Amino acid sequence: MNEFVETILDLTWHEPKRSYDVVIVGGGGHGLATAYYLATRHGITNVAVVEANYIGSGNSGRNTTIIRANYGIAESVRFYQHSLELYATLEEETECWIMHSTKGLLWLAHTEWGMRAERARTLLNQACGAETVMVTPKEAQELCPQLDLSGGGRYPVLGASYHPGAATARHDRVVWAYARGAMRRGVHILQHRPVIGLLREGDRVTGVQTDAGPISAGVVLGAVGGRVTQLADMADVRLPIRTHPLQALVTNAYAQGFGPIVSDSELLCYVSQTPRGQMLMGAEFDSQPSYSMASSFEFLQGVAAKVTHILPFLRDLRVLRQWTGICDISPDYSPIMGATGVDGFLVTTGWGTWGFKAIPAGGEAMAELIATGQTPSLIASFGLDRFAADHAMADQGSAGTR
Amino acid sequence: MLWITCPTCGQRPVTEFRFGGELPHVPDHLTDEADRNLDWVWMYDNVDGLTTERWFHAAGCRRWLTLRRDTRTDRVVA
Repeated sequence: MNEFVETILDLTWHEPKRSYDVVIVGGGGHGLATAYYLATRHGITNVAVVEANYIGSGNSGRNTTIIRANYGIAESVRFYQHSLELYATLEEETECWIMHSTKGLLWLAHTEWGMRAERARTLLNQACGAETVMVTPKEAQELCPQLDLSGGGRYPVLGASYHPGAATARHDRVVWAYARGAMRRGVHILQHRPVIGLLREGDRVTGVQTDAGPISAGVVLGAVGGRVTQLADMADVRLPIRTHPLQALVTNAYAQGFGPIVSDSELLCYVSQTPRGQMLMGAEFDSQPSYSMASSFEFLQGVAAKVTHILPFLRDLRVLRQWTGICDISPDYSPIMGATGVDGFLVTTGWGTWGFKAIPAGGEAMAELIATGQTPSLIASFGLDRFAADHAMADQGSAGTR
Repeated sequence: MLWITCPTCGQRPVTEFRFGGELPHVPDHLTDEADRNLDWVWMYDNVDGLTTERWFHAAGCRRWLTLRRDTRTDRVVA
């Protein structure tokens, strides 16, 4: 956490100890939410969150802040719908303003295949408790007057699915809300403390090695983004993860105001407006795995070509900033949560390009798993063992990327 | 931007190529056949550093090539 943040948050820093019941590696949304729910739901406060940089410095501070539950498989719809509902009450619960704003999300279809996919999504969402409806092009334009229904002549809008519960929230503030709530209850957050190894006794993981000495732990949770393969390797755990860069950008402010989040399953891009008025957008992740956070001109070119087809007003705006996060892409585009096969070592990973929206539900479920030793039914399908069991949770069509 | 030297076409931008995946590598410490198969099918080295991988020159000669790339800098090294 930087000095500015400390001036606006009431924080309690602790002297690090040599031993904790739970050590969480990675001070991003998922790690901090797990710590928060361990403290608030289960009374487990002898917990440390160990972060290599400052909290929220990884993908939690780099995403495009979209919260939605319109997924394409039942287990995911239920999981993300629960997360969406937890987000809606998070301000009340943590007494922190996360700038939560319900906007609705339009998912445009330009082909008959796209229409079939959106109709299937709508039906599945309704069956699983998430609100999604089909809308006509005219209704889509009423929700978002800036839409060019001809798609620049090349991508005519045939229809869209509309997910009214979709929202955005300020990503840093989500991180800070969970950090503050956890720290108040006695959780230790150790920033600038890279984990360089895992302590092992026999087949068990018993703690972490940091550059400032070892910390022993009853349970170690790997909640890192981007470098999870290297962390798991320290426990000889192999993961089905590829690390791909995902880029995003914001423009200068668009004063007229922009209502919903607009997403596109054929062009694979998504656009929303930040509370400052900037237009925030992203597209597909880079094709080749990489740990480089360099931004590229091809991305700028590609995303600009896509979004101006459907939202021509964006041509008049200027790009202010462009940035990159490195994402853990799982083979089935679903997260991997729970046991690793090594005692004392759990992971919450595979959050790819869809992790932000899952922070509350992911943290709550991992906290329950750590506290009770039982995998909550909400995440039972998302274990690492699903690949050996041939039960991959394939849902690429809902990731908004490929 | 990543530039790739195609044996047929010379140095071309990454946008002309399709990524073909890292070469599968099953660690020696896995001895059980089922474990080795699982690893071959699903797991990745996901190397932080030098990796060996396949690319397809989709918008060029349409031939496959193998190259070494440093994933820390996203640059081809050989």
